[in-house]
Amino acid sequence: MDQFHLFPPQASTSAQEVDHLYFTLILISLFFITVVFLPILYFCIKYRRGSAADRSNPLNGSNLIEVGWTTLPTLMGLALFGWGAVDYFRIERKPANALQVQVVGKQWMWKVQHAEGKQEINELHIPVDRTIALTLTSQDVIHSFFVPAFRVKQDVVPGKYTSEWFKPTRPGEYHIFCSQYCGTQHAKMIGRVVVMQPEAYARWLQTGEQTESIVRSGERLFYDRGCSGCHSPNSKFHAPLLQGLYRKPVPLADGTMVTADDQYLRDSILQPAKQISAGYDNIMPSFSGHLTEEEIMQLIAYVKSIGREESPDQGKP
Amino acid sequence: MNARVATEIDIRTEGEFARESYLSEHTVRSWLLTTDHKRIGILYLFTILIFFAIASVAAAMMRIELLHPTGGLMTSETYNKLFTIHGTLMVWFFLIPSIPAVLGNFVLPMMIGARDVAFPKLNLTSWYLFVFGGAFATWSLIRGGVDTGWTFYTPYSTTYANSHVISMAAGVFIAGFSTIITGMNFIVTTHKMRAPGLTWFRLPLFVWSLYATSLIMVLATPVLAMTLGLISLERIWGVGIFDPNLGGDPILFQHMFWFYSHPAVYIMILPGMGVVSELIPCFSRKPIFGYPWVGCASMAIAILGFLVWGHHMFVSSQSVYAGMIFSVLSFLVAVPSGVKVFNWTATLHKGSIHFTTPMLYALGFIGLFVIGGLTGLFLAALSVDVHVHDTYFIIAHFHYIMVGGMVTGFMGGLHYWWPKITGRLYPEIWGKLAALTTFLGFNLTFFPLFILGYLGQPRRYHVYPPEFQIFHVLSTAGASILGVGYVMPLIYFIWSAKHGRAAGPNPWRATGLEWQTSSPPPKHNFKETPVVTGKPYDYSAEKDVDLDLANL
Amino acid sequence: MEATASLNERTEPTQSLVARQFDDLEQQRGAAELGMWIFLATEVLFFGGLFLAYTVFRSLYPRDFAAASHHTIVLIGGMNTAILLFSSTLMALAVRAAELRNQTTLIRLLLATAFFGIVFMVLKGIEYYKDWTDHLVPVLNFDWHSPNPGPAQIFFWLYFAMTGLHAIHITVGIFVMLTLALMARTGKFTTGNYTPIEIAGLYWHFVDIVWIFLFPLLYLAGHR
Repeated sequence: MDQFHLFPPQASTSAQEVDHLYFTLILISLFFITVVFLPILYFCIKYRRGSAADRSNPLNGSNLIEVGWTTLPTLMGLALFGWGAVDYFRIERKPANALQVQVVGKQWMWKVQHAEGKQEINELHIPVDRTIALTLTSQDVIHSFFVPAFRVKQDVVPGKYTSEWFKPTRPGEYHIFCSQYCGTQHAKMIGRVVVMQPEAYARWLQTGEQTESIVRSGERLFYDRGCSGCHSPNSKFHAPLLQGLYRKPVPLADGTMVTADDQYLRDSILQPAKQISAGYDNIMPSFSGHLTEEEIMQLIAYVKSIGREESPDQGKP
Repeated sequence: MNARVATEIDIRTEGEFARESYLSEHTVRSWLLTTDHKRIGILYLFTILIFFAIASVAAAMMRIELLHPTGGLMTSETYNKLFTIHGTLMVWFFLIPSIPAVLGNFVLPMMIGARDVAFPKLNLTSWYLFVFGGAFATWSLIRGGVDTGWTFYTPYSTTYANSHVISMAAGVFIAGFSTIITGMNFIVTTHKMRAPGLTWFRLPLFVWSLYATSLIMVLATPVLAMTLGLISLERIWGVGIFDPNLGGDPILFQHMFWFYSHPAVYIMILPGMGVVSELIPCFSRKPIFGYPWVGCASMAIAILGFLVWGHHMFVSSQSVYAGMIFSVLSFLVAVPSGVKVFNWTATLHKGSIHFTTPMLYALGFIGLFVIGGLTGLFLAALSVDVHVHDTYFIIAHFHYIMVGGMVTGFMGGLHYWWPKITGRLYPEIWGKLAALTTFLGFNLTFFPLFILGYLGQPRRYHVYPPEFQIFHVLSTAGASILGVGYVMPLIYFIWSAKHGRAAGPNPWRATGLEWQTSSPPPKHNFKETPVVTGKPYDYSAEKDVDLDLANL
Repeated sequence: MEATASLNERTEPTQSLVARQFDDLEQQRGAAELGMWIFLATEVLFFGGLFLAYTVFRSLYPRDFAAASHHTIVLIGGMNTAILLFSSTLMALAVRAAELRNQTTLIRLLLATAFFGIVFMVLKGIEYYKDWTDHLVPVLNFDWHSPNPGPAQIFFWLYFAMTGLHAIHITVGIFVMLTLALMARTGKFTTGNYTPIEIAGLYWHFVDIVWIFLFPLLYLAGHR
């Protein structure tokens, strides 16, 4: 990784898109540099003091010219905006059917857990040509998950889920940097992404101690921590059932609707009073401080999974 | 500008100083209790130079540490404190007061033919507040420093940082009020104290730019004050406004901080543009091209500048649609800056260009500002910003604007008005040498950082992957050249204040009202209030004048 | 407009009232007024930071804010609103009295304005005391009977920050009124130059207006 480069490796689909705009911007910059610097240079030589150049009838302003050089850059700016915005929209929108990976940032390391349950620190092993979606959160300050080779970056904010996706196109090892200043060892909060061929990735998943899947961990927590005591069909408490909840609209007690996404589930575990489902009482205790960020992510993965399994199950007796 | 009292004075014979100048009194008391805007400008000059020196030393230490990928000279903590010192002092204790409080204070009243600013006592208060705020900031450094970066991001600054955040925040808070007072003074002075005949569209463009700057100072700084207040109270009591565990929102801090700090970026460039708008016409002996467009561009920048703060937060998890609005507005704010550059360029056409030291700085300003401005487009473009945000690309970009732009403008202005301030001439040959040295040193220091940033080097890292080393070495080499470029003027300015040749009232044969009085000016600026009858920048390129100080 | 003569040639009687940097009284008065307006603009933005925080958290936690707002004392808040509005009227009359060069009325009205300011502060003090005994002071003795007290604490934190900052402004205003009343005894403001009274009036009205916003936001948020 340590030869001389002027550009970082292009290792994801968005890397190409970003680079295209970047090179276009360089060309536009060169254009403006030419139209500004060449005349300056020319005038400085031709109209240097004492030169014999003709200085009669100087022009001290022209609204036509002004309108011209106001309009042209404006249009150019709007075009560049559109281009950047379209790419940005794609970078920020999480695609479907992605391989889910949970990432928790803390001072000063990245803790990664794959759907299959495998955990790693400051490393991220992923298969090539698969869309990878990270769900990120922080357990202390704001961090930022930055992979230059993929041209993606996303702040990792405590109390909040953010997401980031990429589709690696080239096997290899690339840097992970924390790019949001997060305290003393910020510069050492670095790691590497290892992009592997699918077979190698499958082999890698099997190495090391065998772990249970993230959904299985969540299910265990669901029973161990007493969630099932209320959120089950035969509970004596009146609590919403969670089967099929994920991604569905939920009517709230105050008359509004929310979509049951990751953030909603997280808030419901930690701040149950914030959004009460219509028809239920505010009786759930907060689990804030009783669950780690990883455990919350596991619980959510479990809740998602019981949503997914529900629909095929419906036809069964 | 045709002023009634303007008389053609031959600078070669007019060697003596006016007998009574604002510098005549020498007691310490006469300085510390002065309400003379010119003296207050000079008090500011000395004060900001102290902070500039401290912050530059911090920068030098950082650049030396970065020579090697594994660092090794200092601990992470020391490095973090160094970049915090560098950022806070440079932004709030050097750049923001640099042109407005030093050059603005000195020349603004003279440029509009006034005897002083509208509120001279408040003006002095502003300097005392500045010193007081600076003392707090210095105190926090002496007690061990701050390690949050100049941006004070929460929840790090409120909950996690183990350093002297409160005293630093208090220092910036107090200095903020000095900025507000300066801004208020400038606005009122410009509105109410213009000389007879000096209509808005006859004002020098430096006044326009200071007016636009003052609007930002007055409207943005209070939000910063409130934000810093909330941070300090949050550290003391931990109520949780910025703490997600207690229901707070750390991103709210970023909105409040950038609502101030983005407009503040324009406090750190508009005055520089104003200086350049004075220098270019004077040294090409031509009226500025498109005067009303240049003046209105300043106002457009000030107004649009309030609407783009979210472009610092494209990856902060703010909504995608908010990001798009901030992006399109950021592209638009680039347009008036471009208009200024085009007009300066057009001014050179059919001029009679004198390559004096101030002109070299002005041309250097255009060059560096164009690069800084164009790389701003990269940052406004959403998808590219996702990649370069918080990398060295942004470091390079804003140094091109703030150092390449504002500091170069400040140096140009200081050389231009130095004969007015001291009544003495600086050695021209050394001036030119220093201007060229800073230009070359600056580019070598900061251009490699663009490449480094696109490669992915994050900011605020003192250890880094070895493949980035070559660019860091180039940058450090450039920084040492840049340092020489800044030390040279310091030496010859001090020398010239005592030993320089007498300047006479108007060594540049410039048209501004400030040149219609003696150098150094008398206590109340003018013997008679000047009356203005025409447009500014009434230069003629066809009439040859000799402005080379070496020939005087 | 013809140029003014040199400085020491001025002989008009009002000259001693004009600071050296101004040409005449009119210019001086215009500058002072504009200065005050700009100062008030900065004040709006200064309070604006808190109003922004309030808006954000109220939209995040509307239920908690409504519940917390029920614990403020609407009666005292309402009385204080009336008191400030009345004192603002008195202040406006004081400016008028100065304009009419009526020294006795001016002094009485200034003192009355200050008096109602003090009444406001006393009532506010009683309310703060009540908040303390009700355990509504964040961090120091906050006790909220809900599993998730964070948002309510933020509400009361903003309540104390906003009303506290406002109270500081009222206190400054009271001192300004008393000082002006004292200075008015020399007849200083009843010779036609009443700029200080006028800009103090602007300040007092501003402080009043801030309260007009604070009252509904903090006291009435939970009332439908």
